[in-house]
Amino acid sequence: MSPKTLYDKIWDAHVVQQSEDGTCLLYIDRHLVHEVTSPQAFEGLRMAGRKVRAPEKTIAVPDHNVPTTLDRADPATMTEDSRIQVAALDKNAKEFGINYYPVSDVRQGIVHIVGPEQGWTLPGMTVVCGDSHTATHGAFGALAHGIGTSEVEHVLATQTLIQKKSKNMKVEITGKLMPGVTAKDITLAVIGATGTAGGTGYVIEYCGEAIRDLSMEGRMTVCNMAIEGGARAGLIAPDQKTFDYVKGRPHAPKGADYDAAVEYWKTLFTDEGAHFDKVVTLKGEEIEPVVTWGTSPEDVLPISAVVPSPDDFKGGKVEAAKRAIEYMGLTSGQKLTDIEIDTVFIGSCTNGRIEDLRAAAEILKGKKVKDGMRAMVVPGSGLVRAQAEEEGLADIFKDAGFEWRMAGCSMCLAMNPDQLAEGERCASTSNRNFEGRQGYKGRTHLVSPAMAAAAAITGKLTDVREMM
Amino acid sequence: MEKFETLQGIAAPMPLVNIDTDMIIPKIFLKTIKRSGLGVNLFDEMRYDRQGNEIADFVLNKPQYREAQILVAGDNFGCGSSREHAPWAIADFGIKCVISTSFADIFFNNCFKNGILPIVFPQDVVDVLMKDAEKGSNARMTVDLENQVVTTSDGQEFAFEVDAFKKHCLMNGLDDIGLTMEHVSAIDAFEAKSNAERPWL
Repeated sequence: MSPKTLYDKIWDAHVVQQSEDGTCLLYIDRHLVHEVTSPQAFEGLRMAGRKVRAPEKTIAVPDHNVPTTLDRADPATMTEDSRIQVAALDKNAKEFGINYYPVSDVRQGIVHIVGPEQGWTLPGMTVVCGDSHTATHGAFGALAHGIGTSEVEHVLATQTLIQKKSKNMKVEITGKLMPGVTAKDITLAVIGATGTAGGTGYVIEYCGEAIRDLSMEGRMTVCNMAIEGGARAGLIAPDQKTFDYVKGRPHAPKGADYDAAVEYWKTLFTDEGAHFDKVVTLKGEEIEPVVTWGTSPEDVLPISAVVPSPDDFKGGKVEAAKRAIEYMGLTSGQKLTDIEIDTVFIGSCTNGRIEDLRAAAEILKGKKVKDGMRAMVVPGSGLVRAQAEEEGLADIFKDAGFEWRMAGCSMCLAMNPDQLAEGERCASTSNRNFEGRQGYKGRTHLVSPAMAAAAAITGKLTDVREMM
Repeated sequence: MEKFETLQGIAAPMPLVNIDTDMIIPKIFLKTIKRSGLGVNLFDEMRYDRQGNEIADFVLNKPQYREAQILVAGDNFGCGSSREHAPWAIADFGIKCVISTSFADIFFNNCFKNGILPIVFPQDVVDVLMKDAEKGSNARMTVDLENQVVTTSDGQEFAFEVDAFKKHCLMNGLDDIGLTMEHVSAIDAFEAKSNAERPWL
């Protein structure tokens, strides 16, 4: 048998049927659902008189629209169209009998944080959701990617997707990371190296010592942004850390089932000599804490750098860089550490987990945010929030001058009340710095949680290593 | 998707040419979280005044056409945007077949995805069908998809063309999901095997 990649193995284990042109019917093990991309899909089922084929494999949670203020139980905190979308999910979850975590449930949170937290996400699975950041679940060695509303309906009805296989890409991070460098810096550095289209047509497998050394939460941060590199999905082979993380979670296998599962999960790795269509290698030691300066996640530079000049680029990127520098209100040659910010957002499916909050709190301990700074922490789930309170992290944030919010997508995408105003500039732990992403004419600099905390204190983009 | 077999129903005449998708469903109704429920807003600006009252002489407001299932329309029906809200609204109203001399391409394809049969006839045939539709609710037109024949209330028959695959999908009520459902035994088999091999899933 010819050697296979991890992706090959998971793919092959899920092909229900293959037609002559290579189109496959792929079985889906877990379907995550949120309120924005699902209403028409459920409506489609209703109109056709269809049921959800596997409600036990379908998990819904509202996250995009929900306010994160403490008074959010009051319906007046939501706009009417948001309220309608959330109410629709409430109704659909009940009517179709799927697993559901309503806003009032302490386990509610961002769908990509809730899935792993509850043990829904397991190695070797196929996981889909009507959301591009489904790639997050690849950290478990699960094939996980976003789908559109028609496909949401297709999966609800058939538990399958009509798919063609992507190509294999290997991203290897060799060696050790230096102090102050995190999973977020790895994933941004990779996108900086490959570009936002570098992964188009591929499924990425992240590997190498620096990846192996990451915790499960760090691995989720890395895979989360595979989509920003253009890849359909990101994968990391499961290992003992994965098995330990999964063990004991509410929906993870137990007892003999767990043991049998681990035996299978241990077969999920890329065979020696397996073929990759593309290989990118970065040295872990050379990765610095990074920030984005522009309006694309590929606009990445080490914090020690200066704002580039459009002339530094070639082709269509010259014009794009010019536009980005103007939109961001920056000057070529300006030191990145001289960029003043007025807002800090810590949260999102990229960096809203407990380790992210610990990393930020570590920097903030005993310090205050700069005068006039609007700083907020939005835990990725109600359980992350509760744990942070138990560990005393919430007090550190509050004492430093951060708002301590309820769980949700919040300012990552500004579909809810948490938004940047025109011209505001934010150091954000989220995943997209597109024009208007965090609010109309808002300016976003993507950073790690520790870097966000450092910026909150100084009021400027800051090299966190100077504060450690 | 509902199966399209033989349809016998009231045909409403809409001789206007170039009925576009904004007429079919104005953009203010695209904010919905639903695909269903748009029937009430079908042809909204032609059908209601600004206060929301029905405009009595619009064809679908006339008592004899309120239950119409077939629409006989002027040239170039469905031109404009690609919004699937247009066929959603038509289907939701209860119209299952639209007859014209020509259709906008995207709209034409969208119809098949939503259980609607668009039929193209030459002008002279459309003229005959339009006349038949004008007879009101006592004139039932018959659309036989299997034999590809439209029969007027007085028994005149007109054969029409339809893509064989699209016909197959409509007659069997198949959309993408419907097509996948044809392989349900393969999915069942896969699930059984997967459950045996990986009982923890």
